[in-house]
Amino acid sequence: MRDFYGETLQTPMMLGTARFPSPALMEAAFRSSGASVATVSLRRERGAGQAFWDMVRGLGVHLLPNTAGCHSAREAITTAQMAREYFGTDWIKLEVIGHGDTLQPDPFGLLEAAEVLCADGFKVFPYTTEDQVLAARLIDAGCRVLMPWGAPIGSGMGLNNIHGLRTLRAAFPDVAMVVDAGLGLPSHAAQAMELEFDAILLNTAVAEADDPAAMARAFALATEAGALATTSGPMIPRDMAVPSTPVIGKAWL
Amino acid sequence: MKIEVNGEERAVTATHLHEALAELGWGEARVATALNGAFVPAATRGATALSPGDRLEVLTAMQGG
Repeated sequence: MRDFYGETLQTPMMLGTARFPSPALMEAAFRSSGASVATVSLRRERGAGQAFWDMVRGLGVHLLPNTAGCHSAREAITTAQMAREYFGTDWIKLEVIGHGDTLQPDPFGLLEAAEVLCADGFKVFPYTTEDQVLAARLIDAGCRVLMPWGAPIGSGMGLNNIHGLRTLRAAFPDVAMVVDAGLGLPSHAAQAMELEFDAILLNTAVAEADDPAAMARAFALATEAGALATTSGPMIPRDMAVPSTPVIGKAWL
Repeated sequence: MKIEVNGEERAVTATHLHEALAELGWGEARVATALNGAFVPAATRGATALSPGDRLEVLTAMQGG
């Protein structure tokens, strides 16, 4: 199993902490799913930070701070430096957004920030597209984990480019990869794991479900099912039918 | 002097960042700071002088995806 900068995750599920109806429902989703990583962010102090910090520490999972909302390498680098000090981790989910409507990563800013942060000792989890050339550049910069999108953040569309994701997975067999963003249903998570990705990261599909804890559990089960299938030798699709019941011994009627 | 704190103009008597944080009510708070767009580690706040018009960001943990 591929590791995440030397860490083996208890479960291949990463869960965001945003958009839940209440802190209690967020905690319930973590408990029911066994998610092993929580994404968090930094925002201007308005009085609620300490309570949230105490709560996420209490989850007992890895914390993965993000640079969400940053539109330039400079902004993302400064945010990452602040997050490292605040959260006490050198893990950073590096987001450099290039377009306001699609929230598509800015590949140029992303690479620039990744180069600086990797050189500064950060363990960078870049939120990227399925672009293989960009992936190679990020790996050259020092990234040992990639987080390609499934679909635009918050869209729930699932895996928009299966061919691209499969190609990316095959191109860098030693690099841990997390399908991040766009997952809407547990079947999308199972599909990502069946494509041999190492984990999934989701937020909205769980946080905005009518029952977040139950949906988180559904995603966890789907993730586990996909991972188990991947290591169990899945069959290769065939064009023609092949009878599963033996023909030999059939009665002559 | 007047400085900008999290996007709002504030008047402080402090001359250095760690004093300004205490004056603004964040003396003991767990926060991360940036001055004029550059990260200021907690350990160097005491040696970081403020100038009028400086832009100070005081950040804390928040929900994120």
